[in-house]
Amino acid sequence: MTVASDPQTQPAKRPHRLFKNLMAKLASIPMILTALVVFVGGTAWTVTYSFTGSRMLPKTKWVGFDQYERLWESDRWIISIKNLGIYGICSMILTLVIGFTLAACLDRKIRFEAAFRTIFLYPFALSFVVTGLAWQWILNPDFGLQSVVRGWGWETFSFNPINDPDTVMFGLLIAGLWQGTGLIMCIMLAGLRGIDEDIWKAARVDGIGTVKTYVVVIIPMMRPVFITSLVLIASGIIKLYDLVVAQTGGGPGLASEVPAKYVIEFMFRAQNLGQGFAASTMMLCSVVIILIPWAYLEFGGRKRG
Amino acid sequence: MSNVLKSVLLGTAFAATSVTTAVADGVELEVTHWWTSGGEAVAVSKFADAWNATGNVWVDGAIAGSGGTARPIIISRILGGDPMAATQLNHGRQAEELIEAGLMLDLTDVAEAGGWADIVNPPALLESCTLDGRVYCVPVNIHSGQWIWLSHDAYQKAGIDVPSDWNEFVATAPKLEEAGILPLAMGQQGWQQNLAFGAITIAVAGTDAWREVTVNKNADVARGPEYTAVFQAVADARELARGSNVQDWNQATNMVITGEAGGQLMGDWAQGEFAVAKQVEGQDYSCLPGLGLNQVLDTGGDAFYFPVNDDPTITAAQKELAALLISPDVQVSFNLAKGSLPVRGDIDMSTANGCMQKGLSILAEGGVLPSGDQSLSADTQTQIEDLMAQFWSGDMSAADAQERYAQLIEDAD
Repeated sequence: MTVASDPQTQPAKRPHRLFKNLMAKLASIPMILTALVVFVGGTAWTVTYSFTGSRMLPKTKWVGFDQYERLWESDRWIISIKNLGIYGICSMILTLVIGFTLAACLDRKIRFEAAFRTIFLYPFALSFVVTGLAWQWILNPDFGLQSVVRGWGWETFSFNPINDPDTVMFGLLIAGLWQGTGLIMCIMLAGLRGIDEDIWKAARVDGIGTVKTYVVVIIPMMRPVFITSLVLIASGIIKLYDLVVAQTGGGPGLASEVPAKYVIEFMFRAQNLGQGFAASTMMLCSVVIILIPWAYLEFGGRKRG
Repeated sequence: MSNVLKSVLLGTAFAATSVTTAVADGVELEVTHWWTSGGEAVAVSKFADAWNATGNVWVDGAIAGSGGTARPIIISRILGGDPMAATQLNHGRQAEELIEAGLMLDLTDVAEAGGWADIVNPPALLESCTLDGRVYCVPVNIHSGQWIWLSHDAYQKAGIDVPSDWNEFVATAPKLEEAGILPLAMGQQGWQQNLAFGAITIAVAGTDAWREVTVNKNADVARGPEYTAVFQAVADARELARGSNVQDWNQATNMVITGEAGGQLMGDWAQGEFAVAKQVEGQDYSCLPGLGLNQVLDTGGDAFYFPVNDDPTITAAQKELAALLISPDVQVSFNLAKGSLPVRGDIDMSTANGCMQKGLSILAEGGVLPSGDQSLSADTQTQIEDLMAQFWSGDMSAADAQERYAQLIEDAD
């Protein structure tokens, strides 16, 4: 990643490592600068100002850890974290399971595979705002699913997840899964298509059942595909915001608040930048805590091994 | 840092605006606002027509969505060096820091020339446009939140008279429930629940306690018996609104219009919805300012701010527009269309409907309070809204809510 290195360790006759692939390195300077200034610089700035009492405009009025104390005493933040946890765990497991199952079904050489694939992938073409609004209407008890089923004659049918504080996150989860599993399915399907036919033939010769072959042989072979899917799903979970805004607006009450919404609302609606920065720094910390051990295992381990 | 930032922002602001305007005949001014619903759009066109009639050009910069959506856009445009010529904001503390950073045009000379200090009624409106003795905005209307809107249809169905104050409303609520009508329509959004809380506070605790808590931020009063009664009343109102599954305020108003619900606590802008539904005040619906108990209204509302501009022709035009917005004819035509109260007491509003007349007579008698926007910072407002959202939708006890509210008042700045 970094361009600089230690010249002493290089053999004298070879060109300096810094000048190897010089053109490529020159060409990547803009991107490196962008990464440093925008990502690293922006992050450092945000973290720094989270220790200030900035309101609408950033000011260097240092307040120490006050913003963080207030953050962790705030009910809304605690609720947001819990909600993200529930949504994250359920979304991660269900997306992988449903995505893989759908992909495996399509991979069984069924008829109209292309049609099904399009149908499953189609929701992904919609933005979260559209998804959220559509599911807000579908789940509305007065003219959505519940009233349709009651209209068929099942008078006691009750399905009203988004107006109940205890179940609202599952209402969001339904919409999130509907939108997101199609893409994961496609990635899984691509992974499955990459598996050599001979593996299947060998499994059949050994008399291993189809399901067992998938679980024991195919899934371990698809490790890189799963890693890609995991990263995609995880980033989608952390940035969960627009779906909530469109579908529930954080309600009922504070029951479906999420951290990203807390950040945005405190930065702009409450005009309290310091508080918003403290919350976004905490979000960064949680990502880093998960990411670093994973990156260490994934990349560090291989290099040494 | 803030000085460096300010000069950078100002520098870019000047660079950006100097290329945009100055047409040969008259000046183009871009005006941003969030008045996009039917009645609001008609009202803003009154401003535009009046401005275009002076030979200048009104460039409409309507931003869809409520103030919560529009304000960040407006503020980031001003900070980002692409300021509009004029913009709507709620007067109060929303623009405080922008003024302190020197990003807003000083209108003191216009205000003095127009004698605003004498004509603006209530004077608190001008005070909230004033910082360190200088005037930075033009108040254009007054909107108050202390109203209850009652459906005659619903009460007819239940076979009882339409209540004349909040206490009667609570007392007759069980009859409405028996008739299968939801007593209180409530949109499940924090600001609406906070508005209802504010209205009930003024009705139950009275103006003195309210002023002590909201204006003077006295947490002891917020912990005292007056506010215990308030939180008990709000907890009761919460039970009356159970089963109200709507989100937006106009959906809740619609429940009152169709007679599905008995009443709604909402600001005077709700009467626009009744007007669109062709309902007649006193016949199809009633309105009770101050919930029929305390004849007072808060004086929130809208004001126009004029971001600083480098071009002297634009600055001159901005001042011209500022004077126009508060001129008598424009005030009458705008406020009649908007359904809000005018900011000056010396004009003829006799064509206004019954609810507006009630509001006008309260204003004339001086029954005014500063609005929450004028007293509390956006930060405190947001935290109170969060508390109310949590309280109305869950089972939090009144005592818990009171203690947390008192805590927020104690921490308020």
